[in-house]
Amino acid sequence: MQTNLPKELLATTTGERADEILRKCVHCGFCNATCPTHQVTGDELDGPRGRIYLIKEMLEGNITTSATLDHLDQCLTCLNCETTCPSGVNYGELVEIGREHIEAKNIQNKITHIKRQLICATFPYPKRFKPLYSIASLLGLAPKRKSIVAIKTATYSKKVILLDGCVQSVTNPEINHALKTLLDQCSIQAISVKAAHCCGAIHHHNGAPEKALAIIKNNIDLWWPHIENGCEAIIMTASGCGLTVKDYARILKHDKEYAQKAQRISQLTQDACEFFASFKFIKNNATYKSVAFHPPCTLQHGQRINNVVEKLLASAGFECVDFTDKHLCCGSAGTYSLLQPALATQLKTNKIYQIMQAKPDVIATANIGCLIHLQKDSSIPVKHWLELVDIQIS
Amino acid sequence: MYSQKSLNTDEIHHKHMLDRSEIPALFSSCLPKACIFTSIEKLRPYECDAYTAYRSLPLAVLLPETKQQVIDIVKTCQKYQLPIVTRGAGTGLSGGAHPIENGILLNLSKLNQIYEINHELQYARVGPGVRNLAISEAASTYDLYYAPDPSSQIACTIGGNIAENSGGVHCLKYGLTVHNILEITFVNIDGEVITVGSECYENPGYDLLALLTGSEGMLAIMIQAKVKLLPKPANKEVILAAFNRIEDAGEAVANIIASGVIPAGLEMMDQAVIQATENFCQAGYPTDAAAILLCELDGFDEALQWEIQQVTQQCNQCHATSVRKANNAQEQELFWKGRKSAFPAIGQLAPDYLCMDGTIPRQHLAHVLGEISNISERIGLPVANVFHAGDGNLHPLIMYDANNAGELDKAEEIGSQILELCVSVGGTITGEHGVGIEKLNQMCVQFNSQELIQFEQVKLAFDPERLFNPGKAIPTLQRCAEFGAMHVHAGELPFKDIPRF
Repeated sequence: MQTNLPKELLATTTGERADEILRKCVHCGFCNATCPTHQVTGDELDGPRGRIYLIKEMLEGNITTSATLDHLDQCLTCLNCETTCPSGVNYGELVEIGREHIEAKNIQNKITHIKRQLICATFPYPKRFKPLYSIASLLGLAPKRKSIVAIKTATYSKKVILLDGCVQSVTNPEINHALKTLLDQCSIQAISVKAAHCCGAIHHHNGAPEKALAIIKNNIDLWWPHIENGCEAIIMTASGCGLTVKDYARILKHDKEYAQKAQRISQLTQDACEFFASFKFIKNNATYKSVAFHPPCTLQHGQRINNVVEKLLASAGFECVDFTDKHLCCGSAGTYSLLQPALATQLKTNKIYQIMQAKPDVIATANIGCLIHLQKDSSIPVKHWLELVDIQIS
Repeated sequence: MYSQKSLNTDEIHHKHMLDRSEIPALFSSCLPKACIFTSIEKLRPYECDAYTAYRSLPLAVLLPETKQQVIDIVKTCQKYQLPIVTRGAGTGLSGGAHPIENGILLNLSKLNQIYEINHELQYARVGPGVRNLAISEAASTYDLYYAPDPSSQIACTIGGNIAENSGGVHCLKYGLTVHNILEITFVNIDGEVITVGSECYENPGYDLLALLTGSEGMLAIMIQAKVKLLPKPANKEVILAAFNRIEDAGEAVANIIASGVIPAGLEMMDQAVIQATENFCQAGYPTDAAAILLCELDGFDEALQWEIQQVTQQCNQCHATSVRKANNAQEQELFWKGRKSAFPAIGQLAPDYLCMDGTIPRQHLAHVLGEISNISERIGLPVANVFHAGDGNLHPLIMYDANNAGELDKAEEIGSQILELCVSVGGTITGEHGVGIEKLNQMCVQFNSQELIQFEQVKLAFDPERLFNPGKAIPTLQRCAEFGAMHVHAGELPFKDIPRF
């Protein structure tokens, strides 16, 4: 596509990169077909092709108002467009540049801005989030937390790092517990570095890139000694966090001090399903019969991992049922459901409707955001697939 | 400087020019305010469809949600003499949905309901904004599908398919859009709703259904269609054959058809396209081949085995370096995914491309391919080739960089010479993408002035005030005279009898 970015902008790393991405787009419109928001509103501006155009216009110096911001805010960043795009347009990176650019122009939606600040101040910090969550569950606004029994230590042949996660460690600690149990049975030691909580995604996607960088560098510093000490992998139980940690290499590409370490960390990072991909689970207990696996966008589009969890669930004795529009986002999209509740709810309703057509006993997923979001309106339980496997084979 | 080309609009019959700010009030009784866009910021992304060489801002974009809103919009447009350009998914490659500066761009993508799937009578009743692929997906519950499958079928809408009479991979055996439509309901320029066609195969009176199909939004606005559904074939196989010479692949195509086999699809791709698509979806194409053929065969097993044998034999006789069948349904799908993403995959090789759509008699395939490569070399821009080989529908993709001054002109010159080459061997300038604004000049080569006048009279019979998509598809005689003055072939001046300006 033809571009006309001002010379001063093209002289910057970001400007040059934006131009490179924009010029890959041939405006074919394939992306609109798989864009969840475009399917709901039918407006070109709510599809990737229109958003790319809005970003191009903005970067070229044309009139930009809160209208552009609204359409960028309504993007889930689910990256469905990236897996659809035959031209290889890195939409995720471009929309990130677009969002930073509009933020720098001081164009903002006040309510969204306040919400974002509140989210950034609480969610990434379990010490702050835990009391809030306890109050919410006392008031019946959130499910009660389960108590977790510690795992007996055995003799280990391997070591891996686990990220406890910020929200997940408070709301659903049983997910990482299930992983630890499974690893334990394989004689693999799971090391949780206590001070590492958030992967940095929340700040990164909510207009606080500087704070995100600080968190990311801190995580690298905390993990590095363990990696030097022989840890073989960093295993993620939330695909959203996994995608972000895998992106550390790109985020810190130009940082002299951290670039190499970040690259190593990203290489070592695996979603739990990748780690177990070659394993065969053996069924011991019959729990649920049929499972519908909802692949989070961060897993299927972001990390491009497909049909791995389904195979693992099948090997553990579950019947995996298929459903329509599996490729579409459920509306959770990180903190999106809190910022764009109308679209998020519409997408959730659609998702649950499609899943229920297949009549499963339980819904499985691989990301804490989708899990909490879907559970709110689902009449059947929503679990992390690791929990299901853990119960089924123990 | 911004080197954007703007459309030569002098031939669009200008009505009185309204101001953008007047638009919301005019249409406020037709549809909600939130569905009327008039700010320039919001109009920019609508300034072109997938033919991006030219861009124009419409007066406004309207996004109706119901059929009644469409009717009310047409009535208002007629009252205020506002031209209407109708748009579906905006995936057209000839600029059929290119906006007009003093007109309304009517976006029908919200009329995307599938009203009915009738599996006994085998049809689907759908709104114009339903995506092509969505029809087959919905029908698959009954083991039925909608046959015409343009490469953009994931995104393009049935409204646009009907407007352009779209083809696709399966048209060789199952026909174009026009052969797969039973009934069209449209709004005429007076805002009246009319249905043409029926569930029967033959209807008395003029065949308006066929006339409307491919009329590029210039006669009416389609608001509902009944499309034919076909039972999925009992079996199918997809064969991938590789060749060291593109001419050999061309010869194999002609021989396959001559042998009596009618493939469900027969497609060819050259090396540039093979490599770009392989990069995107790892379909397993041999990236060192000069050309590949994809041949889909379907039907009952016994006939199928004979056809596979024939196709394999013909390919081998034309020096195929390898011939293999897809192993399973997933691999078949992957083979087609590569082919169907061919156009946009070119985005990996060049920032911009023009996609030609000429159709030629099959026996000239090898000759025309050789000539295309000569033209490309002479003018100096690379051309990649992908096409519906079975029906001789070529899609040369001319790669250029719009940021480099003069490259678009060169690309257009190559395109123009390729289409004229097609006409000279007895072919046509468009097989399925429509004329739009892209091929207006080539229409002057394809048709004489009497024929063009006849087209214009059909247009005026439906739309005497030229409000539906004016300036598209039919060139004015003045344009042809000017174009002819630039392109004098063999000393013969086209349209000698037309006064020149």
